[in-house]
Amino acid sequence: MSRTEAENGKPPKPRRRVSLLGVFGELLITAAVLVLLFIGWQNVFNSWVLNGQQNGAAQDLGRQWLEQSGGQTSAATGGDDGSAGQTSVGPAANLPVEKEPSNGQPIAVMYVPRFGTDWKRTVREGTGLDVLNSSTAGVGHYASTGMPGAVGNFAVAAHDTGYGSTFLHMQNLRIGDKIYVQTKDGFYTYAFRNYEYVQPTQVSVLAPVPNATDAKASDRIITLTTCNPPYHTVERLISYGVLESFSKTPPKAIAGELAQ
Amino acid sequence: MYAALWRALPGPWWVRLLIMLALLAAVLFVLFEWVFPWIDGIVGDGSQGTVGT
Repeated sequence: MSRTEAENGKPPKPRRRVSLLGVFGELLITAAVLVLLFIGWQNVFNSWVLNGQQNGAAQDLGRQWLEQSGGQTSAATGGDDGSAGQTSVGPAANLPVEKEPSNGQPIAVMYVPRFGTDWKRTVREGTGLDVLNSSTAGVGHYASTGMPGAVGNFAVAAHDTGYGSTFLHMQNLRIGDKIYVQTKDGFYTYAFRNYEYVQPTQVSVLAPVPNATDAKASDRIITLTTCNPPYHTVERLISYGVLESFSKTPPKAIAGELAQ
Repeated sequence: MYAALWRALPGPWWVRLLIMLALLAAVLFVLFEWVFPWIDGIVGDGSQGTVGT
């Protein structure tokens, strides 16, 4: 209400009353918006932020390990096809295998081109939320399962949705798709073999020979577990891969990700 | 409620609008940074994509 209006003798504008019902309605609308915001934060925003952080942390660690082991990319070794020093893997192959570290320590950097050409994650020891939700991990190694390159089962877990949505695209894997696992020692190339859909209680997928708990292991397996279907947790989607080769230098498909 | 807030703000409409947007941004920041992660720890089903317990 301005002075001039008052001087003009107009009646003051009636103040709109705040009705109780109106406030209640606005509170309900606010609550609905908050719930939607939370779902958006959980499945889009937070996942997107953590995906970037986990990817970046994995790239840093991968480059650091490569540098410590001599800093050679495949181009620098003189191998024309980028496969210099590659060891094909038979049952008797003698590959470097690290000792299992304590919970939370880094084990490997994983690259799965099928999940995205720049997709990579640090694998850390343990499958607790301290690892799976971490901005510097995302993939957790099941304690006391095999280490990368070992005869037996290198078993890891990750979320399908939320906290980086690490294994969201697992159902896109095709037979023969490469799963690259980098350790301090070099690069293990696994090839995707098959899927399995199981109940969350089926721990035999982690056995040295998956689902054959009495069998003696002779193959070098990688097992990836995540929730299924996406955004739900009623089942688990399991992917198995078999070790194909080991090399000291980065395989061609991921060399670009490791270039300084 | 929001209308009352609008009336309580000083200045012309565009100043009020700026203040409202600033308040909204502040509220969103607090929600995204602290409130939602805290809620997620409570309502999350603890599922980790793992098999076993």
